[in-house]
Amino acid sequence: MKVGFVAGEVWSGLRRNLSMALSVILVTMVSMFLLGMGLLAQRQADTMKGYWYDRIQVSIYLCTENSLQANCQGRAATEAQQESIENQLKAMPEVKQVFHESEAEAFERFKEQFRNSPITGNVQPGDIPQSFRVQLADPTKFAVVTSQFERAPGVASVQDQEKVLKRFFQIINWITAFSVFLAGLMVICATLLMATTIRQAAFIRRREIGIMRLVGASNWTIRMPFIIEMLVVAMLGVGLAVGMLWLGLRLIFNLGFNRVVLDKALIGANDVWALTPWLFGGVILIAVLTSLFTLRRYLRV
Amino acid sequence: MIRFDNVTKVYPRSTRPALSDVNVNVERGEFVFVVGPSGSGKSTLLRLALREEKATSGSVLVAGHDLSTLSARKVPRFRRGIGAVFQDFRLLPGKTVDQNVAFALQVIGKPASAIRQLVPETLEMVGLEGKGKRLPHQLSGGEQQRVAIARAVVNKPQILLCDEPTGNLDPKISLDIVHLLDRINRAGTTVVMATHDADTVNDMRRRVVQLDDGVVVRDEENATYLAPEGDK
Ligand SMILES: Nc1ncnc2c1ncn2[C@@H]1O[C@H](COP(=O)(O)OP(=O)(O)OP(=O)(O)O)[C@@H](O)[C@H]1O
Ligand SMILES: [Mg+2]
Repeated sequence: MKVGFVAGEVWSGLRRNLSMALSVILVTMVSMFLLGMGLLAQRQADTMKGYWYDRIQVSIYLCTENSLQANCQGRAATEAQQESIENQLKAMPEVKQVFHESEAEAFERFKEQFRNSPITGNVQPGDIPQSFRVQLADPTKFAVVTSQFERAPGVASVQDQEKVLKRFFQIINWITAFSVFLAGLMVICATLLMATTIRQAAFIRRREIGIMRLVGASNWTIRMPFIIEMLVVAMLGVGLAVGMLWLGLRLIFNLGFNRVVLDKALIGANDVWALTPWLFGGVILIAVLTSLFTLRRYLRV
Repeated sequence: MIRFDNVTKVYPRSTRPALSDVNVNVERGEFVFVVGPSGSGKSTLLRLALREEKATSGSVLVAGHDLSTLSARKVPRFRRGIGAVFQDFRLLPGKTVDQNVAFALQVIGKPASAIRQLVPETLEMVGLEGKGKRLPHQLSGGEQQRVAIARAVVNKPQILLCDEPTGNLDPKISLDIVHLLDRINRAGTTVVMATHDADTVNDMRRRVVQLDDGVVVRDEENATYLAPEGDK
């Protein structure tokens, strides 16, 4: 089989069945977009979870000169206040571990976590307060820490991040589950549509197939144009889906999401690229298997 | 070259055999007419020889292959050595004459250089020189059948099977087509032609195998054929 000849057959096949080809492209695109979105959401969750759950459950932010909280009275926490808080924390049986994060460290960490975001430029060292990160032996005992330190001198605020996180991760889990579920349905749709398209293409070309069989063309020769056709449209669909994921990520995460001041790491384009081979691989597998399966009937000698 | 030994063919969902206990032996280089009324089993005989159908019992040997044991995987290669022509021409309407003939070579992986040489050569042999750029609908029925014959013989098969190739053509054109088949036969190709057109059979005076209800009722050299009443 000559490459030019196969290419010509593929091209004429696509042209004769253009509307079906378009629908396969679109359905593949939507299904892969949904799947990609679900997987990216999960990746995002994992990126954050790893960071948070390992380290902190409760943060005690100390006052800075710019703190607005009444408890601070417009003054930064003194060294004595800081020491006193630290000693009290270490004395508590509920506390497993205490980390102190200075303003400089807080700034570094912020820069690292928001590396994919444009807002880092506006943040100066000192904008992010120093804090104690308290890991509790039992994270549910959060109230003990809150009640003891909320009004303590030099404390701006006490945050139970676990609560926020839990809800946040729950949302992400729902997004993932939902989009993977929809993606699953769409993949079924895409597969059925591919099968229908191939069946229709084979029907349109039944004369050609009949003649190929008559003159002794091998089964692979007969199949090849169909398989290549499916691969072309399916891969166009995945390509568009990947493009949309990349664009979506840029728009949602880099422009909107990170305005919400949440202590989190963000996923970036790299995560889309990491996903890409799997999406392509999966779709190629589906396209080839569906083609082979659907064409069996036409190849029975 | 083609040998049927005690061949019976019963189609699925049918009780009456389309062929029953047929014994025919066609030697290399022969020209054989298969005649008989409609439904007598002529097409079935050719389909068995082309391995489009399998015999229910008995053995079919074609070009050295035992078709009852030939695996499905080997059928394409087997068919490359057999040409086939049908009443309805089976040309691709969107392809030109050249492309129709070339198609048969392209799909079996012939190199482009060989195709460039074989296609015009074959078209000239069947009397279609200069018509290569036309589409099938721009040709007469007889010319279309010549294209189909060119496509069948372009790969130089040992055997040419024709199922009523003149069935759609008027008598004068039919004779031309049979004369073309005769020429191909004289060049060494074994030809088996199913027909119920008595005129062409009588014009040629070659071997005639006559079927009736799936049974060989006559097998004669240099024979004639008298079509039964009611069957053209
Ligand atoms: N695919 C099939 N399934 C079932 N029965 C069939 C099939 N093809 C042919 N037959 C039957 O087998 C018998 C022989 O058919 P065949 O086509 O071989 O006859 P024929 O001699 O070629 O007839 P004609 O001159 O009309 O072409 C007929 O009774 C026909 O009805
Ligand atoms: Mg017939």
